[in-house]
Amino acid sequence: MEKAGRLNRFIFTLIVMFASWLMLTVTLRKDELVVGFVVSFLVALVGSDYLSEHGLAHFSPKRIIYLILYIPYYLWQILLANFDVAYRVLSPSMPIKPGIVKVKTNLKTDSGKLSLANSITMTPGTITIDAKDDTLLVHWIYVKDASVEGATREIGAPFEKFLKEIFG
Amino acid sequence: MLREILGYFFLYFGAAFLFLGSYGLVRFPDLYTRMQASTKSTTLGAFSSVIGVGILHPDWFIKCISVAIFILLTAPIGSSALMRAAYKTGVPLDERTVVDEAKDFFAEDEKEEAK
Repeated sequence: MEKAGRLNRFIFTLIVMFASWLMLTVTLRKDELVVGFVVSFLVALVGSDYLSEHGLAHFSPKRIIYLILYIPYYLWQILLANFDVAYRVLSPSMPIKPGIVKVKTNLKTDSGKLSLANSITMTPGTITIDAKDDTLLVHWIYVKDASVEGATREIGAPFEKFLKEIFG
Repeated sequence: MLREILGYFFLYFGAAFLFLGSYGLVRFPDLYTRMQASTKSTTLGAFSSVIGVGILHPDWFIKCISVAIFILLTAPIGSSALMRAAYKTGVPLDERTVVDEAKDFFAEDEKEEAK
């Protein structure tokens, strides 16, 4: 995907910053809004080059729908991950078979890869250690398949179909 | 009344997982598996406790949601950085470890840096 123009990215950063301000202050008082806008404006002015790559393209309806579908799936995975850890911690025989495997990804953008890495970290038994180009290094607490293809299918694939739509 | 039950449910649910995370920290054999326990359980534990507080105090609810979102976004990044630093400084893996692809992954890294 192409990098967006400067103005486009600036506006995107401004909107996200101002929305965060609104969520953290939870007020519509005029002075709060003015300060929030000034701060967001300054942050966007200085930081939009680093904070956003594709700008307003993130607000397209398709992406937002997939994002809304993705959130409950993500929370569910976090819950499963925790019961998985609880089972391994509490079971007397401690069923672990740890290992470090490689996972390939088809995602092209940095934000997509970051979200994939985050999602992998939050799902049952896996933590992303590092990422380079299209390869993620993942620590797996119970290795089912040590090959790159098998690990990709087990760990990365379920998220990719969502993240591909959200981040391209 | 119902709101209080729900709020306390989330609080205790979070506390239970925070406890399990700490217990895993004691029981698991090496740093990497310990990180598995602590990352997951503390994220859900903190997330759930914050949501519980938000439900008990409705005027803080939106603030609590944004705090929870920031926890969800940042916790995995911190644990990745810790794991990477641990591996690069040579913290040993447990003997039960079956596969270690990281060795040649980081070896390529060092070759590139040397160039």
